[in-house]
Amino acid sequence: MAPTRTDAEAAPRVATPEQTILQLQGISKSFDDKRVVFPLDLDVRHGEFITLLGPSGCGKTTLLRLIGGFERPDSGTILLAGQDITRLPPNQRPVNTVFQSYALFPHMSVFDNVAYGLRAERRPRAEVEARVREVLDMVQLQALAGRRPDQLSGGQQQRVAIARAVIKKPRLLLLDEPLSALDYKLRRQMQIELKRLQRELGITFLFVTHDQEEALSMSDRVVVMREGHVEQVGTPRDVYESPSNLFVARFVGEINVFDVEVTEVLGDGRLVGEIEGQCVTLPGRDRGFAVGDALHVLLRPEDLRLLPPDREQGFSGEVVERNYKGMTLESVIRLDSGHQLLASEFFDEDDPDFDYRLGEKIKVTWVPNWEILLPRETARAV
Amino acid sequence: MKLRAPFRTGVVALIWAWMLLFVFLPNLLVIAASFLVRDDVHFVRLEGSLQSYARLLDPVYASVFLDSLGMALTTTLACLLIGYPFAYAVSRLPARVKPLLIFLVILPFWTNSLVRTYAMKLLLATNGLVNQALLGVGIVEQPLRMLYTEGAVIAGLVYVLLPFMILPLYAVFEQLRADLLEVSSDLGAQPWRTFRYVVLPLTMPGVLAGCLLVLIPAVGMFYVADVLGGAKHLLIGNVIKNQFLDARDWPFGAAASILLTLAMALLLYAYYLSARMVRRRSGDDALA
Repeated sequence: MAPTRTDAEAAPRVATPEQTILQLQGISKSFDDKRVVFPLDLDVRHGEFITLLGPSGCGKTTLLRLIGGFERPDSGTILLAGQDITRLPPNQRPVNTVFQSYALFPHMSVFDNVAYGLRAERRPRAEVEARVREVLDMVQLQALAGRRPDQLSGGQQQRVAIARAVIKKPRLLLLDEPLSALDYKLRRQMQIELKRLQRELGITFLFVTHDQEEALSMSDRVVVMREGHVEQVGTPRDVYESPSNLFVARFVGEINVFDVEVTEVLGDGRLVGEIEGQCVTLPGRDRGFAVGDALHVLLRPEDLRLLPPDREQGFSGEVVERNYKGMTLESVIRLDSGHQLLASEFFDEDDPDFDYRLGEKIKVTWVPNWEILLPRETARAV
Repeated sequence: MKLRAPFRTGVVALIWAWMLLFVFLPNLLVIAASFLVRDDVHFVRLEGSLQSYARLLDPVYASVFLDSLGMALTTTLACLLIGYPFAYAVSRLPARVKPLLIFLVILPFWTNSLVRTYAMKLLLATNGLVNQALLGVGIVEQPLRMLYTEGAVIAGLVYVLLPFMILPLYAVFEQLRADLLEVSSDLGAQPWRTFRYVVLPLTMPGVLAGCLLVLIPAVGMFYVADVLGGAKHLLIGNVIKNQFLDARDWPFGAAASILLTLAMALLLYAYYLSARMVRRRSGDDALA
């Protein structure tokens, strides 16, 4: 018997206990009558690096605090390794948190900060000593064990906060925008270090950030959130290349949007429509779009190609802005219709067509089949 | 700048003159007087002597000093036990009710503490409000003797001095970051451990400051002991006042003042040392 379509769709959602470490079921939360998290479900798999991504105020930190036990949900259940922890206080949850503020104890040394969790468990002195040494080694802070937090740099404080949280070998480590206070270079370095730690420790990381670049480069899966709702869950590639709606497309990187109406569906499933007065053929991808459907055609800046104005194909326009970004060159193009586009090209000094001047007339095309098609959205568009 | 310089010089000069005239000079006079001899006509006779200090060693005075210190310590402890939970509770309340509660703490400052002490007397008297209430409800058969006891003096001191304990404590609780309490719980600590190892050490500066602010006036507020303790429960402040105003023994009163000042200076020094130790210890014993 062939599986029906609904079975195939439902399959990834039903996870076996050994795969799923954390399950949120219908979790919601309000503060002063304002809904911050709408009832939502989320499964976190054992050993994965999963990121909650969204603009500030989207509820991602609240969700993290619900899992950590600092807030009680208004509804729903939180299961950790199959066990209901919804009503447990933070000190009884096998989960640890790295706070955005680091929350290091200012009156304790690095050593005492890191040892705090083990001492709370009344571990023998020798074991505390040995494990603190081991964790401090792992984050390369052994030499600073005697320092106090205010004698450390931001990056070092960050590492103490991580060491203090992982020393208890939690099932799940929650990280609340842990890198947001660091400068760009240190941030990149800590991103790599966090990934290394996660691999070495084998702990599931639940990471919160509003930085899409950080989310894409670090995560196994990304959860895009907006105003208390989950908009999309998927691998970084899914989220970037197949966003489920305009919000996700716009939040995860830059995007150019054309509106199109399907005028014809070709025999091979391709769609025909009109963009900027020109007839275009778009890949249908079996999405079931029909004649008359209003669609968005989404194009990433790196999918656009700028050509000399004498080419036949493409939309004509002029270059109104050029931003040199090192590896790439970003151009803002104003089409003759007034529609503005962002194009990003890799630097190629050998290409004679590459360096367009401001105000220069050009033609814009894109790599065929790289378009993202979405049903037209009205009110909820950002 | 040209306009401001004379202004600044003027202000600084005024402050210095004030300090010289009303702090430095009187203290100098007290020190000088303590080494002189009593005179019935001129208060003091210009004749160097240590006899006033010798009299301080008299067991009668020693016991007054110890009693006074005991009452002051009891007062401080009572203020701490009331003020600490109160300051903690207020600091955790929503921001819109906090100013009101702190205003209520400060409000009594606007009434003279002598007046408030007399109000206390009305409450505690044999036919005072408290006794009438207790009799009316039928809890006691006969009015309780509350006035002119050591308890009454301590109650009066606590009443007058409680704000001095609450305000520094409130200040440190306000600075106590909520995320530190959360992270402590996150790391598995029970509430008492969070209190012992996070809340208490971080509020210790406020505890020490509040204790000093209560302890020091508590040995000197003679009018509280006068009004509520009768003649029996003396503070060091009463001894000093009596020597100057009643016994007219200025040298002895001055010597007692000096002793009190030295004791307080010692306390302040101890506070300084302990504050420095708290700060240093956390850095050093990491590897212990």
